[in-house]
Amino acid sequence: MNEFLFVVVPYICLTTFVVGHLWRYRYDKFGWTTRSSQLYENRLLRIGSPLFHFGMLGVVGGHIIGLLVPQSWTDAVGISEHSYHVVAVTGGLLAGAAALVGMVILIYRRRTVGPVFSATTRMDKVMYAFLAVVIALGMWNTIAGSIMTVGGEYNYREGVSVWYRSFLAFQPDASLMATAPLGFQLHALFAFGLFALWPFTRLVHVFSAPVGYLTRPYIVYRTRDDQLGSHRPRRGWDRISQ
Amino acid sequence: MRVMAQMAMVMNLDKCIGCHTCSVTCKQAWTNRTGTEYIWFNNVETRPGLGYPRTYEDQEKWKGGWELNKRGRLVLKGGGRFKKLLTIFSNPKLPSIGEYYEPWTYDYSTLTDAPAQEHTPVARPKSLISGKDMKIEWSANWDDDLGGSTATAHRDPMLKKISDKVKFEFEQTFMFYLPRICEHCLNPSCAASCPSGAIYKRAEDGIVLVDQDKCRGWRMCVSGCPYKKIYFNHKTGKAEKCTFCFPRIEVGLPTVCSETCVGRLRYIGLMLYDADKVLEAASTEDDHGLYEAQREVFLDPFDPDVMREAEKAGIARDWIEAAQRSPIYALINTYRVALPLHPEYRTMPMVWYIPPLSPVVDVVQETGEDAEDKGNLFAAIDALRIPIEYLAELFTAGDVGPVDAVLKKLAAMRCYMRDINMGRDPDGAIPAAVGMSEEDMYDMYRLLAIAKYDERYVIPPAHAEQAHSLEELATECSVSAYGGGQQDLFGEGSGAPTPIAVENFQMLQDRQTADTLASPTDKGARVNLLNWDGKGSPPGLFPPRKTDS
Repeated sequence: MNEFLFVVVPYICLTTFVVGHLWRYRYDKFGWTTRSSQLYENRLLRIGSPLFHFGMLGVVGGHIIGLLVPQSWTDAVGISEHSYHVVAVTGGLLAGAAALVGMVILIYRRRTVGPVFSATTRMDKVMYAFLAVVIALGMWNTIAGSIMTVGGEYNYREGVSVWYRSFLAFQPDASLMATAPLGFQLHALFAFGLFALWPFTRLVHVFSAPVGYLTRPYIVYRTRDDQLGSHRPRRGWDRISQ
Repeated sequence: MRVMAQMAMVMNLDKCIGCHTCSVTCKQAWTNRTGTEYIWFNNVETRPGLGYPRTYEDQEKWKGGWELNKRGRLVLKGGGRFKKLLTIFSNPKLPSIGEYYEPWTYDYSTLTDAPAQEHTPVARPKSLISGKDMKIEWSANWDDDLGGSTATAHRDPMLKKISDKVKFEFEQTFMFYLPRICEHCLNPSCAASCPSGAIYKRAEDGIVLVDQDKCRGWRMCVSGCPYKKIYFNHKTGKAEKCTFCFPRIEVGLPTVCSETCVGRLRYIGLMLYDADKVLEAASTEDDHGLYEAQREVFLDPFDPDVMREAEKAGIARDWIEAAQRSPIYALINTYRVALPLHPEYRTMPMVWYIPPLSPVVDVVQETGEDAEDKGNLFAAIDALRIPIEYLAELFTAGDVGPVDAVLKKLAAMRCYMRDINMGRDPDGAIPAAVGMSEEDMYDMYRLLAIAKYDERYVIPPAHAEQAHSLEELATECSVSAYGGGQQDLFGEGSGAPTPIAVENFQMLQDRQTADTLASPTDKGARVNLLNWDGKGSPPGLFPPRKTDS
């Protein structure tokens, strides 16, 4: 059972995530957008959206550090377990709280503002459910697990993180997850569920974060496509260059 | 010198009767889909008035276009790259749908379905955004013909600038129409604001377009454009804008708005310009200098140096010839009667306007004086400061000089031509008074008054040698080359979408009328997915449910 939950399911989800994105990019570039609803409502969005997004940026950054940096590395540079814990929990709490509050505002907005609600697809709703559960479980793990230590101390950097790296290295060790507290197990499983949904939702806009804007010239020039009209260029026929 | 060609337009405002035919035909051609209800690539505003969207010209509020920073460098008024990315989660300067208007329809079916009753049934307005009953309070041309202007006109940002002198009273009213499309600027701030780099300027003809596959719906272009001529399609989540009807332009046809213009007031032609000088011109310190600076950017298509450089830059010979015959060049540079709309936005707009003389003529006529007399008209132009200053706020960043000069030329033309039309000897002193020769004045009259189709629209087709393979002329069709026979990974119709072209519609018609495969007789009606707007499931979308028997 553990093998299935923490090896098979995650790999299926990861495959769906990767292949799904390739497929979506190939076949649905037109649908690849944030699907912004700012035009309909701005008052709540102005508070909720930056809170949620900046919170999420913090959360993702925290996960990258927590999951990908082995404890031995931070030990080696002399960061004690305690100080790491304090920084991680404070940062995690702040970012998590911002994301959670932002999400509550956004979901409230989505449900109560008529035009926004009617622009919500079924896929959006499923995605919101997964996202909400994952964030709530994550907050639970931080508050109940790491601060109040409900159910005993658990150092995820010796359990979940190691499992995650083994998973990425294609040598998964399910036993590490099996001994983790239920909250962590569920958090991971729902997160993988979210990953599987990802390419089929508006979440794809994450991968078009426009960092290239910082370096590209302001005005973009383009020559007309080689393909004039809806002909596909025929093989062996090159355009006459001017 | 880096020569580039730009497709440009000039509108002669004296001829606009405010019939909105351009807006309506444009909408029928481009924005008659769900999600684009409120989108008017072309709209006609009554000035003074609030414009569309309301008060879009108030850049202290909307922060569109460019400005000079303290060091005199050209920067986006809405903030640079970092600020754009930091505010990407909630665009602080996006007009709400209320600033445009909430699009609506009527529940017409109540008119036909209502039972016999004492009172006539009414069709109530239903919002196309929320689907609920709504009260109509504004629309794209709510203040048309100064309707309700006593209540709203004082909010016109241009009127505000001269408002210490003007009380918008009925007796002082002047009015004219301002049709607007995308300016296809030389220095487009929408493109500069786009985080995804989806908005681009075509190198061949300068038309500014949105790549619908690259747009990610960040909405920064809407705030970045000071003319608010980029719209957010709320259904697809992508930006859309005036395309200068590029599929028509490519085959040498004028835009739909020009083609259908009742007053024949639009001119289309090429301008050659020096791309290396654009930034310098846009950085001109004094707002009043921007009109002249932009004129300096344009190149003389008759200059042998320019012609040589243009050919080196890959501009085809027929294009250079078209630039020489361009009515735009004549109106902007030869006669100097066309002025840019809001040069102070520093985007170097390329849809220019001949300001209307009608506010002046109207006043003279009302006094009972001769409105075609040079003395009367010139005196009126000098005396009527409010309309003139208002025009200057629109076309020359408030500099009255160029507007004065243009209006006097138009007035002079009126007087000069009257003598000719009345069979009197033309008075050479009239053109001389505005610094023109008699011949120039007559040529200008011809271009403004009686120019025929091929003089008003000098549009070289995109690369004549390729014209044969352009879609509108597709005479060498083999089915497999089109979307029709497209067979990608997931069968018919899968794969990247084929661009919209005439043959797509022909293909559609074939499918609709064919009696084989496309509409199988044994499978009931089939839904035409190309026309389906994604709402609900119309009958025939799925095969009928099999009943257990």
